[in-house]
Amino acid sequence: MKMTGAQIVMECLAREGVEHIFGYPGGANLPLYDTLPQYPQVRHILVRHEQAAAHAADAYARVTGKAGVCFATSGPGATNLVTGIANAWMDSVPLVCITGAVATWLIGRDGFQEADITGITVPITKQNYLVLDVNDIAYTMREAFHIATTGRPGPVLVDIPRDIQQESAEFHWPEKIELLNYRPVTKGHPSQIKKAAQLIDEAERPLILAGHGVVISHAYDELRELAERAHIPVICTLLGLGGFPGSHELFMGMPGMHGMYWNNIAIGEADLIMGIGMRFDDRVTGRLKDFAPHAKIIHIDVDPAEIGKNVKTAVPIVGDVKHVLQAMNPLVQPARHDAWYQRIMQLRQEHPSITIPKVDKVLPQYVIKKVYEMSPPDTYYVTGVGQHQMWAAQFYWGDNPAGFVTSGGLGTMGFEVPAAMGVQFAKPKHTVWSFCGDGGFQMNVQELATIVEHELPIKFAIINNGHLGMVRQWQHLYYADNLQSVRLFQPDYVKLAEAYGMAGMRVTDKLEVESAIEKALRHPGPVLIDFEVEQHEDTFPAMPPGAALSETVDLPRFDAEPEFEHEKVRSR
Amino acid sequence: MSKHTIVALVQNRPGVLNRIASKWRQRGFNIESLTVGHSEVAGLSRMTFTVDGTTTDVDQVTKQMYKIIEVVKIADLTEHNIVYRELALVKVSATAQQRSAIIEIVDIFRAKILDVAADSVIIEVTGTEDKIDAIFELFRPYGIKELVRTGRVAMARGGGTPTSVDGSKVEQHRYRPAGEGKAKVGSLI
Repeated sequence: MKMTGAQIVMECLAREGVEHIFGYPGGANLPLYDTLPQYPQVRHILVRHEQAAAHAADAYARVTGKAGVCFATSGPGATNLVTGIANAWMDSVPLVCITGAVATWLIGRDGFQEADITGITVPITKQNYLVLDVNDIAYTMREAFHIATTGRPGPVLVDIPRDIQQESAEFHWPEKIELLNYRPVTKGHPSQIKKAAQLIDEAERPLILAGHGVVISHAYDELRELAERAHIPVICTLLGLGGFPGSHELFMGMPGMHGMYWNNIAIGEADLIMGIGMRFDDRVTGRLKDFAPHAKIIHIDVDPAEIGKNVKTAVPIVGDVKHVLQAMNPLVQPARHDAWYQRIMQLRQEHPSITIPKVDKVLPQYVIKKVYEMSPPDTYYVTGVGQHQMWAAQFYWGDNPAGFVTSGGLGTMGFEVPAAMGVQFAKPKHTVWSFCGDGGFQMNVQELATIVEHELPIKFAIINNGHLGMVRQWQHLYYADNLQSVRLFQPDYVKLAEAYGMAGMRVTDKLEVESAIEKALRHPGPVLIDFEVEQHEDTFPAMPPGAALSETVDLPRFDAEPEFEHEKVRSR
Repeated sequence: MSKHTIVALVQNRPGVLNRIASKWRQRGFNIESLTVGHSEVAGLSRMTFTVDGTTTDVDQVTKQMYKIIEVVKIADLTEHNIVYRELALVKVSATAQQRSAIIEIVDIFRAKILDVAADSVIIEVTGTEDKIDAIFELFRPYGIKELVRTGRVAMARGGGTPTSVDGSKVEQHRYRPAGEGKAKVGSLI
């Protein structure tokens, strides 16, 4: 059947099972928009800024496991996607971005709204294409989805000039994609798996560091089986949160720069570390030469380039976490490491790390903890970047896999608003909370319009400390309290919410926190709560930049009673 | 730090050179030399790079390069038993009186004279980098007008072919059925 290039794109999207596209039209992608009515099964969401389209598609992909799709026009439309693409790249999220390009005869002539987007995105995409022949579109689209979603997932960009979208060609749907080089390994090497199982059997003080790979490959059951079978405490990285049930007795929380103090010490005492679907990022390892000095390291990752990139590995296993663990678990001898477990529990008793003092002020971590306590267990939480993100991660001990959506690798402020939108489109029946910084919220505040337009019942909690909190903390701790450009002029967020047509509340008193959260949860539509919290609260534990894990500064001791008698938040 | 010779077999598509150069640049390497040309398989090119770096660093970039979809094979030949050559063209100032002395050097080095003008000659030299450096030093007193070097091309000795593929398989993986479409896909360099 003959189709135009634009129809071929839409036909491919429909066949790939795409239900939502986040996008923004412009001169160079108008043929695509012209075709939208022919494909009612593919719903296009008009965002208010292309960056938001990329973040929304990114978050959508994280919670569905399918590729997120976004549209943008040439030039500024495409360059506005760049931050979102880089974000997906750093966090290994499958994203297919389709950009319109100027007509072929204008390419390279600096025409109106021309940008070399394939050149620009080379370092932040798994692959990108400039399609110069309408006959190539179907194959390219198929290849784009294949590459984005397999192996270590990542963003792919397809740039299609306007005239190619308008030309006609016979539609051929390639059933199978085979690439000469690209064949991601899924099954780990049996002898490596055997060696790893042997190391686990020999270990006395083993630890699991579980990362995003566990969530991406849905290896929840396999990880749990391994941990229970060999009695190994599990630490989840920021993006690994949700990969292991937070309520499990073997769960130890997050490690690293703002992780649990006990974990950072335990990593230094461990004799075996299993990095599962994680990449030993600097925020996790601290100073590399002092990382886990007594431990042998087993590293399971689907990306061979991650092996040995940051740490020396005793047993590397390249493969999909789920497959590798399925093969490994039966080889691991059931064991108990009671002394080691007790040692970590003792560290937890001595260094509670995330205790909240009972004070009259509205502490940001108190607000976050209350939101967690009061929301249903299958709630999705989205965060921005900074102090509130770290508190949200520290206190996230939930069981909902992929329930914690955050920008980890790139650390993109402004992620929280569009990402919440993407999650709510993917999970319309679930409660979605967006923890926002007062800085990050203002970076993509325009998306409130999209959210209200589509009646997405997202709950926004602005953790408003009037500052760029994490920067303020660093200036305070590491730059002799020389506070520069961190004080934020604030709009009236309640009025702002109302201007967009959504409910807004302001909380300035601790006594109002619970009732505001309750009202927000009951409210059927989108709602924003401006929590005016204590302005000078620092996020602890904190590992100074360039320091080793063992040099982490724990939460300073306080005289007040602890706020919560929670099993995870122990009093001292 | 040591010199590494890396050979890659890549699909001949626009943008590939950019992708590869980008990986080295991202990780702070300076590519010392780079040569590209067709390989024994249609549609595939073979590249030879030389870079200076620690084995760990070079290994990391090599792994990153292997992730580029168009890179079919890649190997760091440094540890291998390899043969390698470089070709240089040198334009040397030479009066009629000086020519015979220059020809003598050319003969000793098994170089070739490609062109003779009234006041200069163009000489082709093939060999290792050391040999080219040496002949360059001998010509220097005459005055060197221009020098161009190809950079190293390398191959593993013996029967081993760390960067070869079965050409018939490449045919099966052709980008699209022959005859369909004319233009290339990929980013413009």
